Amino acid sequence: MAHHKPLIGKLLLVTLAMFGFGFALVPLYDVFCDLTGINGKTAAVAVTADNAVIDTSREITIEFLARPNKDMPWVFKPEVHQMTVHPGEIHIMNYLAENPTGRFIVGQAVPSVSPGQAALYFNKIECFCFSQQQLDGGKNMLMPLQFYVDPALPAHFNTITLNYTLYDVTQVWAAQQPQQDNIGE
Amino acid sequence: MSVVTTEPNEHAEQHDHEHDHHDHKPAGIKRWLYTTNHKDIGTMYLVFALIMFFIGGAMAMVIRLELFQPGMQFVEPHFFNQMTTVHGLIMVFGAVMPAFTGLANWMIPMMIGAPDMALPRMNNWSFWILPFAFLILLLSLFMPGGGPSFGWTFYAPLSTTYSGDSTALFVFSVHIMGISSIMGAINVIVTIWNMRAPGMTWMKMPLFVWTWFITAFLLIMVMPVLAGVVTMVLTDKYFGTSFFDAAGGGDPVLFQHIFWFFGHPEVYIMILPAFGIVSAIIPTFARKRLFGYASMVYATASIAILSFLVWAHHMFTTGMPVFATLFFMYATMLIAVPTGVKVFNWVATMWRGAMTFEVPMMFALAFIVLFTIGGFSGLMLAITPADFQYHDTYFVVAHFHYVLVTGAVFSIVAAVYYWLPKWTGNMYDETLGQWHFWCSLISVNLLFFPMHFVGLAGMPRRIPDYALQFADFNAFISIGGFMFGLSQLIFVWVLIKCARGGVKATDQVWEGAEGLEWEVPSPAPYHTFETPPVIK
Repeated sequence: MAHHKPLIGKLLLVTLAMFGFGFALVPLYDVFCDLTGINGKTAAVAVTADNAVIDTSREITIEFLARPNKDMPWVFKPEVHQMTVHPGEIHIMNYLAENPTGRFIVGQAVPSVSPGQAALYFNKIECFCFSQQQLDGGKNMLMPLQFYVDPALPAHFNTITLNYTLYDVTQVWAAQQPQQDNIGE
Repeated sequence: MSVVTTEPNEHAEQHDHEHDHHDHKPAGIKRWLYTTNHKDIGTMYLVFALIMFFIGGAMAMVIRLELFQPGMQFVEPHFFNQMTTVHGLIMVFGAVMPAFTGLANWMIPMMIGAPDMALPRMNNWSFWILPFAFLILLLSLFMPGGGPSFGWTFYAPLSTTYSGDSTALFVFSVHIMGISSIMGAINVIVTIWNMRAPGMTWMKMPLFVWTWFITAFLLIMVMPVLAGVVTMVLTDKYFGTSFFDAAGGGDPVLFQHIFWFFGHPEVYIMILPAFGIVSAIIPTFARKRLFGYASMVYATASIAILSFLVWAHHMFTTGMPVFATLFFMYATMLIAVPTGVKVFNWVATMWRGAMTFEVPMMFALAFIVLFTIGGFSGLMLAITPADFQYHDTYFVVAHFHYVLVTGAVFSIVAAVYYWLPKWTGNMYDETLGQWHFWCSLISVNLLFFPMHFVGLAGMPRRIPDYALQFADFNAFISIGGFMFGLSQLIFVWVLIKCARGGVKATDQVWEGAEGLEWEVPSPAPYHTFETPPVIK
């Protein structure tokens, strides 16, 4: 038995390390997707508009989709469903949110771009999705999105679909109240 | 390999006789509860696996009964989903894996000339927690809201947002199964590493030992990942975390990545020991040495390494970028090379051999042919664009049942027939065994082969009803299923008959058998190789 102990110790170490690795896959996955931009996730922070040259020779169709999650009672829709832009042009697009219930609700929109690889080239200067949005019962508001398409967008992309899913995060918001300054980052 | 035991045979007999006096086996149930003997534990694993095989099989019968005709006849869709889910869980974790562990317990110490497993007390624990895991899982079916119904792959959000309260029980039972497997695997590695008889070098080990050694490494590397992913499902569902919930910054596709990082090596955990079994049986009945021993070892190791690099071929339709699908497609196809080496070596072993066709050989031959069919359909599924059509259809069901039923299960059955005379001391009934083989062979193909056709035609899996054009094939499939289920009763009959008596087996049992396990008397005494043999 005694001479088995070193080997058993090593094997238990492998087991524990692999248990840890399973959890390490969670942040690794996000890092990997960020670096490669393969998950359709756009950057969660604003970019500053550089002096990109507007490429008037190309036209890109942007489709806007908006969908409240099934537990989210807000009405949530884009002002227009589709727009044609030149790469490099800065555009502002508004989303309408309405809280038809009688209670205060906090919402968080999560973006997804399709095709996934185009996400790296879809730049947001300002977006309501960067932070949680608050709306009292019965109120509505316009939520702005300011964006441009990077002229470096590979030639085979003609259409980019931007989808927002809106979640009810009131409980998360309430739990984080003391450090409210930090939320949304 | 030639073997010289350190003591002449008559002394060995006397030795065994002495041992009958100080074995200290408690009588009745206590013997089985407290046993640390590798043979007792091996037997318990095998009996447990057989019981689970019939419970999981009964669920398959419910599935086939419902699918016998289009429309809803016997069960509710929700119950149907529970049947497909629990059938998969039971067969994977309750039947195939414990059966292999049972064979490992019985055979590995005898094959390497060790007196027992390295950690006998832990061995007892790793078996005895298993019945409780499956009791929890099976009893959850009777809860209000029913048992797990999200498929054995428990994809989020099906298992988080949309699952019932039995999910907590499902998670705990998977935890227990994982702990059991990890303990078993550590035991196997330590036994093989430290307890080989003098002269039993690495490249003299029987292939069953080699394949199990590699399998045990796969187990300790991926079972913890499974434990991690079920824990994440548990905390997502009950404790407000958001690993797989987009609202909190998580991602449901991440679930699939973690699950299949476990899941694909798991597939090889269920087939590598089968390769070892077939590599033992084919040379015995071909009366030739195994062709390409070293290449078999290297092929097994390369399959194990590649198994960590192909997981996303289960996820081609999640919208992965083209370069990722290409990588996983080619990596998957690469596995066909070492697998092809193995099949080639088995065929080459039989080439010009003096073959006889006893039941273990028949099952091993059927394994080679039918497992290869399952391998080919796997290659078809590996082709990304083709997979977009095959994904989630009965073609996938046909594929993994060919590799797991006519692959893993057939190899286990072959192993049981092969070593049964060594375990019981009696030859099994050859005629009944042949009946079992032929009934199984015909019915299993009637059961699974037409699934390829309905799958290619678009019949989705995991759905309790189907379009009318699939009706005839499904009737055939169900009849094949019932026949296959009934055929396994012949197996139980053979086992009981053999345990109770029969023609006495010789020590070598099979004319062409070689290896340490055939040097000990039949039935194998309670303690073997207390003095290690010397292998020249």
